[in-house]
Amino acid sequence: MNELAIRKDGDIPASSFGELKLVPPSALQNLTLPQAERTLLGFELPTVARLYQQMILIRLVEERLLELFSQGLLFGTTHTSIGQEANAVGVINALDRDRDIVWSNHRCHGHFIAYSGEVEGLIAEIMGRVTGICGGRGGSQHLCFRNFHSNGIQGGIAPVAVGCALARKDEGAVAVVFLGDGTMGEGAVYESLNLASVFGAPVLFVVEDNEIAQTTPKNLTVSGSIIARAEPFGIRTFAYDGNDPVEICELAQEAVGYVRAEGRPCWLYLRTERIGPHSKGDDTRPALRLEQARARDPIPPMRQRVADFEEIDAFCRSTVDRAVESAAAAAMARG
Amino acid sequence: MRVVESINRALHDLMEADLQLVVMGEDVLDPYGGAFKVTKGLSTAYQDRVWTTPISEGGIVGMATGMALKGRPVIVELMFGDFIALAADQIINHAAKFRWMYNDQVEVPIIIRAPMGGRRGYGPTHSQSLEKHFCGVPGLTVSATHEYADPGALLHRALASRSPHLIIENKVMYSRPVFGAAALPRPPDADIVILTYGGCVEHAVAAAKKLVEEEEIATTVVAVEQLSPFPCEDVLSQVGRCSRVVAVEEGSPGWGFASECARALIGRVRHFSALAGPDHPIPSSREWEDDLLPGVDAIQAACIDLFKKG
Ligand SMILES: Cc1ncc(C[n+]2csc(CCOP(=O)(O)OP(=O)(O)O)c2C)c(N)n1
Ligand SMILES: [Mg+2]
Repeated sequence: MNELAIRKDGDIPASSFGELKLVPPSALQNLTLPQAERTLLGFELPTVARLYQQMILIRLVEERLLELFSQGLLFGTTHTSIGQEANAVGVINALDRDRDIVWSNHRCHGHFIAYSGEVEGLIAEIMGRVTGICGGRGGSQHLCFRNFHSNGIQGGIAPVAVGCALARKDEGAVAVVFLGDGTMGEGAVYESLNLASVFGAPVLFVVEDNEIAQTTPKNLTVSGSIIARAEPFGIRTFAYDGNDPVEICELAQEAVGYVRAEGRPCWLYLRTERIGPHSKGDDTRPALRLEQARARDPIPPMRQRVADFEEIDAFCRSTVDRAVESAAAAAMARG
Repeated sequence: MRVVESINRALHDLMEADLQLVVMGEDVLDPYGGAFKVTKGLSTAYQDRVWTTPISEGGIVGMATGMALKGRPVIVELMFGDFIALAADQIINHAAKFRWMYNDQVEVPIIIRAPMGGRRGYGPTHSQSLEKHFCGVPGLTVSATHEYADPGALLHRALASRSPHLIIENKVMYSRPVFGAAALPRPPDADIVILTYGGCVEHAVAAAKKLVEEEEIATTVVAVEQLSPFPCEDVLSQVGRCSRVVAVEEGSPGWGFASECARALIGRVRHFSALAGPDHPIPSSREWEDDLLPGVDAIQAACIDLFKKG
């Protein structure tokens, strides 16, 4: 296997968590806060605290979304990434937000928040308000903000991401596309691997393997090895099993660095757990399996590492409260 | 100039004018220059921007959509229009969706060129006219070129619009001369108007000539270039006060061009009839194809029938 780097929880001693290199994020420019004040994505914080803040922000937004749903304030569908936040912040923080491109799928809120910090625009979008990030046209699965895009068609985003990567290759940009284990069944994924390799597209395929697709466990739908899928296409592969955002970010930086430097695609496999339902109230997994998923919740271990996590939590919670309030006050999109 | 040359010329001009433009498709490189030779010379002149692709119609259209989204317009050639079925998801759920669903924050300048139609004996999976399945998709413009328009100019307009276009070409038409709009029969006070598009236009024109010469039935041919969104106003004004309309298309009957014409003409004409291809696959046998696809004789007969109704 080509450059396969499977790491397990605890393989890496805490002391090796260095400060991550981050390009000044463009999202910062839009915030009206003075530099010294808190930013929503925690750009002023040290790495561990920053990643924690982004994770808890995602968690609180999505828990609130489920609440709003049960109160009848949301409609359609909304896929939360509760349990998978470490992937979102790990991968997105390895990117250059000024030029890199992100393609996400139905489960896109976490990726979106980590990229943009646009909590209010997201909540308003999902509530169908004119102030939503797409004016209430797209909703939960169809987001667009600068170079972030998502679409609710499994697999279809993969060739589009390849094209985006090729279009911006000369500028040194990298495109990332998020896929799930269930989406390994879509032919578009394999056409994309071939196209990306043949044309030398700087695209990072990220597979978030939570071992389930909607209600169907992986063993009923996915044959062979997900990790080994890209290598025969001549695509360098990284794999990780651990749910630690700092480790994921380091690995993603290595992968992104390779993609950018070589102008080649890369396959990054991340074993993860979906703690929440697929959408809402549709979790059919047995209690034991759910317990196993919850045991890998990435938030509690991070709280051990961030001294002032309560302060961060309070900051994020009030942000979410305000976002919901202002979204609810905005007009419904009616065209 | 022949139709294939008009399109080829336009491709060269567009490549010359827009240094971001990429042309891609299966077997498009010289010396072959594409299955119907439409891209001939292009890869020699613009080596870096003419890409031969894997046999991945969905993947290619998706990749082209991504490129277009990030500022590099693409013209995709589908080898046979029939293969567009494999790209349906990319066209409908990606290329045509992005601009509107992302609240007009993006544009997708992509053109998909698809050679359609029968009469070459290619059989059931290489002879179809599948365009109707892509008509009525919001965000997608579908046009069909013909020899009484300017095939090259259509490409120029499509690219200038910076939005997704599907352009239907016709395999038989490639080798025909471009006559231009002035050559279409448009007698004053026509007895009948034939509404048609694409590969059927030449048959309608031949039928119109015979109708005048043999039956003294003055027949106008309206060759519709843009299929979707359907140009209702333009079609109505071209039909004018004529009370008899025959709609002719090569694809399967129903849910298609004739239905759309009828919708546009509700309450405007007294007599309307429709001609289409068979409601089963296109046979490989050349003669059988000619029996089934609406040709000069069938169009002439349909017009006479309608004329007799008063
Ligand atoms: C083409 C397509 N088929 C089916 C669906 C319905 N659907 C939405 S999410 C999903 C499961 C996806 O599973 P996976 O790829 O593992 O991602 P996860 O939900 O676990 O994040 C399904 C079947 C869809 N959105 N698109
Ligand atoms: Mg899954």
